[in-house]
Amino acid sequence: MRQKTTAVLSAAALVLGMAGTAQAGTLEDVQSQGVLRCVVSTGIAGFAQPDANGVWGGFDIDFCRATAAAVLGDASKIEAVTSTGKTRFTKLNAGEGDVLWRNTTITFSRDVSVKLRFHGVNYYDGQGFMVKKSLGVNSASELDGASVCIQTGTTTELNLADYFSSNNMKYEPVTIETNDEARQNYEAGRCDVYTTDASGLASTRSALPDPDAHMVLPEIISKEPLGPATRHGDDQWSDIVTWVLNATITAEELGVNSSNVNAMKGSNNPEIRRLLGVDGSQGQELGLSNDWAYQIISQVGNYGEIFERNIGVNTPLGIARGLNALWTDGGLIYSPPFR
Amino acid sequence: MSETSASSHHAPGTHPDLPPPVRTTGVVGWVRANLLSSPLNVGLTLLSLWLLWMILPPAIQWLFTEAIWSAQDRKECWAMMDAPRDAACWAFIRGSFELFVYGWYPEPERWRVNLTFILFIAAIVGGLRENIPGKKYWLFFAMAYPFIAAWLLLGGLGLEPVGTNKLGGILLTLVVAVTGIAFSLPLGIALALGRRSNLPALRGVCVIFIEFIRGVPLITLLFVASTMLTYFLPPGSTFDLLMRVLIMVTLFASAYIAEVVRGGLQGLSNGQYEAADSLGLSYWKAHRLVVLPQALKISIPGIVNTFIGSFKDSTLVLIIGMMDILGLGRARLNDPDWLGLAPELYMFIALFFFISCFSMSRYSFSLEKKLQTGHQT
Repeated sequence: MRQKTTAVLSAAALVLGMAGTAQAGTLEDVQSQGVLRCVVSTGIAGFAQPDANGVWGGFDIDFCRATAAAVLGDASKIEAVTSTGKTRFTKLNAGEGDVLWRNTTITFSRDVSVKLRFHGVNYYDGQGFMVKKSLGVNSASELDGASVCIQTGTTTELNLADYFSSNNMKYEPVTIETNDEARQNYEAGRCDVYTTDASGLASTRSALPDPDAHMVLPEIISKEPLGPATRHGDDQWSDIVTWVLNATITAEELGVNSSNVNAMKGSNNPEIRRLLGVDGSQGQELGLSNDWAYQIISQVGNYGEIFERNIGVNTPLGIARGLNALWTDGGLIYSPPFR
Repeated sequence: MSETSASSHHAPGTHPDLPPPVRTTGVVGWVRANLLSSPLNVGLTLLSLWLLWMILPPAIQWLFTEAIWSAQDRKECWAMMDAPRDAACWAFIRGSFELFVYGWYPEPERWRVNLTFILFIAAIVGGLRENIPGKKYWLFFAMAYPFIAAWLLLGGLGLEPVGTNKLGGILLTLVVAVTGIAFSLPLGIALALGRRSNLPALRGVCVIFIEFIRGVPLITLLFVASTMLTYFLPPGSTFDLLMRVLIMVTLFASAYIAEVVRGGLQGLSNGQYEAADSLGLSYWKAHRLVVLPQALKISIPGIVNTFIGSFKDSTLVLIIGMMDILGLGRARLNDPDWLGLAPELYMFIALFFFISCFSMSRYSFSLEKKLQTGHQT
């Protein structure tokens, strides 16, 4: 179903409160450009970073590549539109990017006031604590009186204050500006604890000279569900991004991965056959070719492969699946059925 | 005094000059005069020597002698040292060096970047040297250079087109800085003249423009360029982000240049204006031949100061997500294989900026000397 409405929205109220435009037909635009423009971060270890040749890689980038594989049939046809935390939504809403895959926490105000459409969670993050093992602390509830390194002006600062006051504990904040600065302060012993999102703690820990001397405490004190976003006003395009994410999850659930995807085409499981476009016409209903999910899995891989390749336990970041395990393994990653 | 040379067989007044006492010349003399002239200075000298002794050997060790120049990743780098962070790991910078210089500029086309840079040197030397054959043509070339450079870098007219989003690293920094510098000078001079004009409307516009731009931080203008302008433009039209940023940077620098040049214009005595008028020169001729050459000469330190300032300000584009050398370097810091090498990166970037700014300052110094026409002794 093609939607021809061009909705004029009052866009980006958080910055400007000015009128903006969201175009329908993003799919046609992307296909005629021949390249998918993803709004990505300017560098978050494991999630989006350029390699020595300038080629972008990372967890978010792989989902961008998966989207390109589904839409254009070629995962390499992406363009990284780098954006900072302040410019990401305006870039998306102003049409400088087609989809946002950029460590973005889904919140009410972003969904409603900034007029974004979120499409599920590709990473469950949350604020955690890292301490030296020599401190002998095993739980965040034992941190009374600790000095804590924390980035200024972020929600982590508020979460921290809430957590300590609700547990009747005191702390001494050591405010810093960037992650690197935090690591140096923590390394030099100017604070006992470093707190930020768990994914950030993992990269900070891996950059320490002796990572094994440090540990991330089990408590997670905030909800940071990260996921992709698109503009309001283009339902077809929103559906595509939603189901690209779901396809990677469903593929993992069904045991379809990049190395067995060809063999899986001959599977008897009707959901696998629908997913890979052997039976049914789900791809065409999305406005894509019927092998869209096959392209995603063969070129990029399923959710688990994307996770393990970029941030998993065998990468320098060494993040365990945890909350991001499939629901069948005790995590929260869950996709509606392909039916 | 000359009576004391009684024993000499020289006739009075013809004694050849003797060499000065050893203790007042050469190294010994310099040391005695500059380092050991009083007990306090002896103390300060010793203190400085001690500080140098404390700082220099470890610094040289960290930076050069024990630094690692090639490694696959940070782990390998650190494994080669006595302890992690004991020495610089330049392998990180070395591995990404081409990326830092050219950004995403397509590899087969990089000769165009190199050529642009060579022509840049030629334009600077040719355009500002006095004793060079064909001076007039060099000047034309220098004036046309920004357009030649734009054509070479972005392509079109026979060259493979390259999108502005492919520019990055030092290349992007130089494009932003040099464009800002090259276009802000003429614009700034025009604004300065406009501000001193007798036409109220023109003067008003110039004053408002200058005061507005100077009253707003560059970051604000960059945010306007990156976010607000897209809302003013008709939907669907894309106005290149780099172009928007270049315009803002140029406008910003030109307001400052205008004030520096206005200072130069006010520094000229009224006699110069009156002399030009009494020769019957028109406004433009008077300014071109009499006023501006002198006013600009006195403004050189201020102008170069503004240039150096805007060169360094160009790094602010990273706030709107553009990948200049600082933005790109910080992005590279997130490579999981190289996490935690911020000191190396920032030192490299600082070196680049120091070399660029210091050469600008030395150049302005030599220009001042050359244009010195002897108003002072």
